[in-house]
Amino acid sequence: MRNSLKKVYLLISVLMVVMLAACGEDNTNTSNASENSGGPVSAKIGVISYMTGPGAAYGEAITNGFNLALDEINEKGDVKIELVIEDSAGKQDQAMTVAQKLMSSDDIVALLGPTLSTEMNVVGPEADINGIPIMGTSTTAAGIPQIGEYVFRNSIPESLAIPAALEKAVNKYGVKKVAILYGNDDLFTQSGFDTMKAEAEKMGLEIVTIETFQKGQSDYNAQLTKIKDLQPDLILASALYNEGAVIMDQARKMGIDLPFVGGNGFNSPQVIEIAGEASDGLIVATPWFGEKDDPKVQEFVKKYESAYGHKPDQFAAQAYDALYIMAEGLKNAGEADRDALRDALAEIKDLDGILGKFSFDEDGDVIMEPTVLIIKDGAFQQFE
Amino acid sequence: MLLEQIINGITLGSIYAIVALGFTLVFGVLGIINMAHGEIFMIGAFIGVLITSVFGLPLWIAFLAAIGVTAILGYMLERIALRPLRGKQGVSHLAPLISTIGVSILLENLSHHIFGAGNHPFRHSFAQIQFQVGSITIYLVQILIFAISITLMVVLSYWLSKTKAGKALRATAENLETASLLGVNTKRTITTTVILASALGGIAGILVGMAFNSVNPQMGLSMGLKGLAIIILGGMGNVKGAMAGGLLLGLTETMIVAYGDSGYRDAIAFITIIFILLLRPQGIFGKNTAEAGR
Repeated sequence: MRNSLKKVYLLISVLMVVMLAACGEDNTNTSNASENSGGPVSAKIGVISYMTGPGAAYGEAITNGFNLALDEINEKGDVKIELVIEDSAGKQDQAMTVAQKLMSSDDIVALLGPTLSTEMNVVGPEADINGIPIMGTSTTAAGIPQIGEYVFRNSIPESLAIPAALEKAVNKYGVKKVAILYGNDDLFTQSGFDTMKAEAEKMGLEIVTIETFQKGQSDYNAQLTKIKDLQPDLILASALYNEGAVIMDQARKMGIDLPFVGGNGFNSPQVIEIAGEASDGLIVATPWFGEKDDPKVQEFVKKYESAYGHKPDQFAAQAYDALYIMAEGLKNAGEADRDALRDALAEIKDLDGILGKFSFDEDGDVIMEPTVLIIKDGAFQQFE
Repeated sequence: MLLEQIINGITLGSIYAIVALGFTLVFGVLGIINMAHGEIFMIGAFIGVLITSVFGLPLWIAFLAAIGVTAILGYMLERIALRPLRGKQGVSHLAPLISTIGVSILLENLSHHIFGAGNHPFRHSFAQIQFQVGSITIYLVQILIFAISITLMVVLSYWLSKTKAGKALRATAENLETASLLGVNTKRTITTTVILASALGGIAGILVGMAFNSVNPQMGLSMGLKGLAIIILGGMGNVKGAMAGGLLLGLTETMIVAYGDSGYRDAIAFITIIFILLLRPQGIFGKNTAEAGR
């Protein structure tokens, strides 16, 4: 091989290594100047989010929500917050690694995230042992706040949202037979499925079939053809919106005109973007309704849209509110201390956010009233 | 319902087959597994979305653009990631595999940054054309996919067995040094093969976009793994094997969902592959001398 070419390759390798090293430093060179020296409480909060991989859309929405709230809170000046954002890639082991990295840094007083319930199941206990408050903004599986007294969440669990949506749909359409479709490789959609099945059985509905699919799948025709043949009155789909929207699109193309009831992960304006007209008839219960006639909500939507170019979804909204909850906790605690913050968080009652009036119960779980929505003529509307 | 499921299975299988054709070409000639093939396929699908949905141009331009872009990617893959490693002393035979894995990760992250993480719909009126036969809906796209996959297989078989370039390719596959001594421009042959394989991936990508209306940066991975399984099932480096293997896997998967439990779809499909390989270790169409090439 020619010598010059070899040198070029060597140069590229060296550059790559330097870049790699620089990437590592990025997260650690945050200043230490943020100790409380009178004035407002200043604190660092660690964020663990799903920013690369198949579910990166969630991490994107969530960190966008945080950043929007961060600017507003720091501008207001009651507390000064700094976020240290780490990527979990949706993997339990990576979530754990970055969580430990954040926890071992003494000036970090709380953690926000991780994104998935599966990740929270490993990170939560560790945070609890280390005595650092951790709040999930999108972890909706059952049992999360029960992990320990330092574990909180501000996202409505599936066990609250799905029954609300299902009950309204059943009453409206006189449903007797349902088909269930769910993603069987994710704790979130699995837990949604468990709730759907239990709820359908409790309501005395006949379950004609239970079908599964996996993340990133693109062809659902086989499952849908089977469902079409069994003629249910309603389809319960525990899916994330990316898969869910494609499922609806393929179902409508096949001539299935049934209403769909989905869980939290299915609730996103992206469903309408991806599936278009095919998304008509999706029913979800949600804490977040972007069209709500509330100046706070409308201001958030406007700010978000101008900053990121598209409408916020539930995950962005929950993240936005979560940082406000943290800020309120810090303000009430009066100091950047992990234990003081935990106690202050547990005390939060009827905090007005864009999702509604928010309180924690004794476990650190959400108390809130969900709204049931349906997609009609290409827009989410309140379902009556 | 059976007929509908068979149509579903054939559509899926035909797409698997086109992906596998690209795999099998590269494997047949270079003896390496091109892990970047799935991602090149994904880029092809995105080009299709970009041309039809964003720019609103007709479908044939989308096809040409997808083929063009993926062919260029194929050329770059060969020049940057494969050729520098070939024939050099001290380079492990696994090195090209690792470098294609590197390219695949690069492409996935790149498209993630450019297009975002979500699903992109493939809106084109052509994808809506349908026929109603009784209660069965058949889409023109489904017929097109099947026709394209068969055509590609026939053309490739003919090209490989009858044309001069095809013969050069087979000679290169059989023994690189001998072919080169006999006057075959092996460098050009290999480059042609990688480009051709990538263009096939691009075609498959655009077809998936049309058929399933779902294009995202992660679609390459699972498709790549399926393609890999298919060429092992069909016989490494065998064009007919890729076709048969693809259709077999597509139909098996669909039938398992239709008459069994969808939760076990991939498990049963891959157990079937293992059993077929126990009976015919060289794959369905593979020859016993498949390894003699290099």
